[in-house]
Amino acid sequence: MVRSHLIAQLLNLLAAGLLLLSFSMLSRRRTQRLINLYAWQGSILFLSTCLVAYDAGLKELWYSAALTLLLKVILLPVILHRLIQRLGAQWDTEPVVDIPVTMLAGLGLVIFAFGLAEPISHLATTITRNTLGIALAVILLSFLMMITRRKAVTQVIGFLAMENGLFFAATSATYGMPMVIELGIALDVLVGVFILGIFFFQIREQFDSLDLHHLESLKDE
Amino acid sequence: MRMISFIWQFGEVALAVAIAPLFAGWIAQCRAWMQNRSAPPLTLPYRVLGKLFRKDAALATDASGLFRTTPYILFGTMVLAAAIIPSLATDLPFARAADAIALIGLFATARVFLSLAAMDVGTPFGSMGARREMMIGFLAEPALLMVLFNAFLLYRTTALPSLVDGYATHHQGMDPSVIFAAVAFLMVLLAENGRIPIDNPATHLELTMIHEAMLLEYSARHLALVEWASSLKLLNYACIGFALFVPWGIATHGAMPGLDGAAMLLIAILALGVKLVFSGALLALIESLSAKLRLFRAPEYLATAFLVAVLGLLAHLLLGANVHG
Amino acid sequence: MPIFHAILSSSAAGPDGDLHRLQWLIGAWLLIGTAGMLRPRSLRYVAHWLFPLGALVSLGIAATAGGFLAVAPMTRQAAGMAAQTQILPLGLPDLPFHLRLDALSGFFLLLLGLAGAGISTFAAGYFRSGTGSAPGLLGLEYHLFLASMALVILADDAYLFMVAWETMALSSYFLVTSQHRIPEIRRAGFLYLVMAHVGAISILLCFGVMQGGSWQFSFQAMRSASLTPFWASAAFLLALLGFGAKAGLVPMHVWLPEAHPAAPSPVSAMMSGLMLKTAIYGVLRVSFDLLHFRLWQWGALTLALGLFSAIFGAIFAAVQTDMKRLLAYSSIENVGLIFTGIGLAILFDASGMPLFAALALTAALVHALNHAFFKSLLFLATGSVLHSTHQRLLGKLGGLIRSMPWVAVLTLVGTLAIAGLPPLNGFVSEWLLLQSFLFTPQIPHAFLNMIIPTGAAALALILALAAYVMVKFYGVVFLGQPRESSLTHAHDANWMERLGLGWLALGCILIGVLPRLALRASSAVTSSLLGAKVHDGSFPWTIAPVAAEQASYSGLIFFVVIVAVVGITFLLVRLLAHGRVRRTPAWDCGYPWQTSRMQDTAEGFGQPIRHMFGAFFHMERELPSPSDPAPQYRIHIEDRLWRAIYQPIARAVQWLADKVGVLQGGRLAIYLLYSFLTLLVLLVFVL
Repeated sequence: MVRSHLIAQLLNLLAAGLLLLSFSMLSRRRTQRLINLYAWQGSILFLSTCLVAYDAGLKELWYSAALTLLLKVILLPVILHRLIQRLGAQWDTEPVVDIPVTMLAGLGLVIFAFGLAEPISHLATTITRNTLGIALAVILLSFLMMITRRKAVTQVIGFLAMENGLFFAATSATYGMPMVIELGIALDVLVGVFILGIFFFQIREQFDSLDLHHLESLKDE
Repeated sequence: MRMISFIWQFGEVALAVAIAPLFAGWIAQCRAWMQNRSAPPLTLPYRVLGKLFRKDAALATDASGLFRTTPYILFGTMVLAAAIIPSLATDLPFARAADAIALIGLFATARVFLSLAAMDVGTPFGSMGARREMMIGFLAEPALLMVLFNAFLLYRTTALPSLVDGYATHHQGMDPSVIFAAVAFLMVLLAENGRIPIDNPATHLELTMIHEAMLLEYSARHLALVEWASSLKLLNYACIGFALFVPWGIATHGAMPGLDGAAMLLIAILALGVKLVFSGALLALIESLSAKLRLFRAPEYLATAFLVAVLGLLAHLLLGANVHG
Repeated sequence: MPIFHAILSSSAAGPDGDLHRLQWLIGAWLLIGTAGMLRPRSLRYVAHWLFPLGALVSLGIAATAGGFLAVAPMTRQAAGMAAQTQILPLGLPDLPFHLRLDALSGFFLLLLGLAGAGISTFAAGYFRSGTGSAPGLLGLEYHLFLASMALVILADDAYLFMVAWETMALSSYFLVTSQHRIPEIRRAGFLYLVMAHVGAISILLCFGVMQGGSWQFSFQAMRSASLTPFWASAAFLLALLGFGAKAGLVPMHVWLPEAHPAAPSPVSAMMSGLMLKTAIYGVLRVSFDLLHFRLWQWGALTLALGLFSAIFGAIFAAVQTDMKRLLAYSSIENVGLIFTGIGLAILFDASGMPLFAALALTAALVHALNHAFFKSLLFLATGSVLHSTHQRLLGKLGGLIRSMPWVAVLTLVGTLAIAGLPPLNGFVSEWLLLQSFLFTPQIPHAFLNMIIPTGAAALALILALAAYVMVKFYGVVFLGQPRESSLTHAHDANWMERLGLGWLALGCILIGVLPRLALRASSAVTSSLLGAKVHDGSFPWTIAPVAAEQASYSGLIFFVVIVAVVGITFLLVRLLAHGRVRRTPAWDCGYPWQTSRMQDTAEGFGQPIRHMFGAFFHMERELPSPSDPAPQYRIHIEDRLWRAIYQPIARAVQWLADKVGVLQGGRLAIYLLYSFLTLLVLLVFVL
């Protein structure tokens, strides 16, 4: 009892940290910082999955934790860092919306997510039930980041962060997804990043910039 | 008993007034070490104060009574704040004169007086500094209030002595909101005391100054009092932070049975000293690692502080309530 | 309060003595007003005799109301018994006027009397001959205005209420337009009149809804009418619209920044300090007394409108360049704060938390009282400045602390009070409001308990912005170098003006240092309306509204300790060091050619606000050319709401009027045809 209480508290702490990281991603301008924050998010996910695995004694969760560590903490950040170095896109200067305004909007989203998750979290029985709201908030915040940024790289990071939120929701509500699905998602993400990387180069070659508003000219007039 | 508590109260205030310049000196020393400069002696602030008190005051021709009174009022408000904040013990006569929210009001009084005094002589730098200082003020206050809101949710009180008592008696588990609140408080502390991301206390560039720009017309004993008051303000903020987040060692109601007053006092003073040494080093570290922000990035910085505090609040409402309840 | 009581208990006559005395006093006001018409052109007679007499009557009203509140019982039943009622032999046949004095009306009469005494005293020294309406006429309008406000507060039926309300609107309209030769003032007056009538219609409809089918328009009948939640909500919304239009709640605020600056300063002070409070009174009367239940949605709406008004007012005040407009916007901010308190009180009450509801309502009431003191004080001070400098623009003032020390010192008190700084009175109510926000996470509603606490942060922002605005106001007007050479010859206020200002400043200090005085009065109100009151502190000099462990505040200790430390420090510095002073030119980083034009201006102070809150404004900027030797920076700021709401309405009305205008053919035969057709239609209808 004491042990699971302690674990629940630690999980809450990690969940709170995840939320804080999502907010810092919303407020950062430099792409390199964003990637680092993404890596931090991954390591929090890794820790929280380990904790849940330890508490529930589920073998698959250990595997999925290892997968998280490998993919989200090491592999993807390294790939992204390489990518932006080759693209020369370390800076993402102009956000579409003012940063304080974005953060206030993010605050509204968090309240929305928490309010939404409150009744659900009473239904769930796992020790991680309280964190469902945070997972939802992380997903929404990542979405918001994708909306308010201009550069292609930042949007990809937003997309990846969203996936993190989904993963966290899965562990927190249901002790994780079945292993097959998880592996599938991991592979999807990896492939997705590669494809997007290729797209970046294409976009840059076409427009000499990664600014997505150039894509607006592609529409049918 | 009452006599004793008044003596404690007086001792606490006297100690705060006495060590405030020392704390400022310690931060300066740490900063110098971290930046590979040769450090000024710890006693430098005292020598500066002494020198300033000995000098003749050069007063601008047009300076009004408000300008001359303000240094005394600043000093008075900061001494009062030092009396209210439980830095050594909680059961003191003035401790109930204000809760943390009223303390924010007290600091605001000091800020408004200093800004008005800066506008009194009518020099461009003074009024510019006043405007900037008030701007930082209205950005920082919402964040600070949200920090107190967090504390209130944990212990159902905004009175600092009760917070310290509550911490000593409850021994609650770690609530995530505490960490959020602490981060936000640290950010506000830096902004409100004119430290580096917002203002540079060691700057000599008039166009970027905030706090120093307001003091440009002050000299001699007036300047000494203003400087002393601002070092006391920094100490006060640090002590509020201790009371909110690390209240170990503060003498509370029967927290340590079997110890008499003198032993508790000794422990409290030692704990305060240790905390000040560490927090001073921490402040110096933060200041050495970060760069000063452009003035119009300050809203962003303080909005972040505000958001962190609100997130703490929300996290408590979602997570904390269920764990403890 | 006990002092008042001691004086009054010796002379009280019968159980309804207070109400009787109040009638006589109101009658005295009317008499003083009409006496002015005996010699309408004699300034000496009106100023030196009638206005001071009016001030004395104000004091009498305050004393009577204070005496009533001092013995007011602290439970709801007993409060109902202690209310004094009376039916006047006046009014229409079968529709006599009802009067009622209870704790709520007592509180607002106290406010009216206390602040009114200061304003009347000031007015005695203020009015000069030669401009605008004759002094006697002004005196009549002025005292009629006061009397109608008192009658609004005492009215116990919709009929008398509306008569008094309209008298109040009209008398204040004539006061606003006393300088009617200036076209802007006429325009401001017209706007004021239009908004006052939109509000009045809404209030009338509200009473129509509240009679609930009984067709009885006495308040007693409305109290016993049982309304469905739908009709009760309709009544509340109408009341919020109608009284909000008078109080200057956004978006019905547009008249306020036009009318307040147009009026002579004592009238601005009365409108801002007193008349807005009658609207607050109306909202409280309808929502807490006449309607017998409250829904949380009303509270949430009021809270949201209040906070928005407060932010809006504070931001606009920060960018104003005219000192009276600045104060007018600051009134919108303060009214917003009061409505915030009322909204919280409704929310808490609807959620079954009477103690917290009492706390929030106390904050609102005390803030109303405080605002009456400090806003009147500041408006009067602008009057003194206006008289001696003939300048209202902040860009042409400055340095008056040296030529007008009395006004400067007394204004400083008001400035610090309105900026919400301890130990003055503004802080007390703001502290109470913040305290009541602390309990909002306990509201049993999933979203509200997370959203409303962030409202507390908005409140903190508003309070700090208010301090910013007031530093701007005081700093630009009284501190620094005079921006025009004529300002060095400005003369200080005369002694009647000083007395009026001093009375109001004294009130600011007294309520701040001994907030118990105000809490005693407001507790009578909260216990009669909500059946709960805030706790007293453990010592007479502290307040601890919920519990001493939870939070307490002592203005007296603040005041005494600061004064003591200042004194001791001063003595120590003199004893241990020295007090030598050398006067030199200002240092200013060694720049010797500085002029008064280099100081920060009102526009400069507005700059960070314009930068940060640009979304609120519609701005037109005029940048000077770099080679201009005397550059002038101009900026014109407009309210977006004016374009978004009022201009479309005005256009729609204009369009409709054009269409109706087609009917006006101009030929007599056509008009006769109209009458004939109407007659035919009516005949068909009737038969």
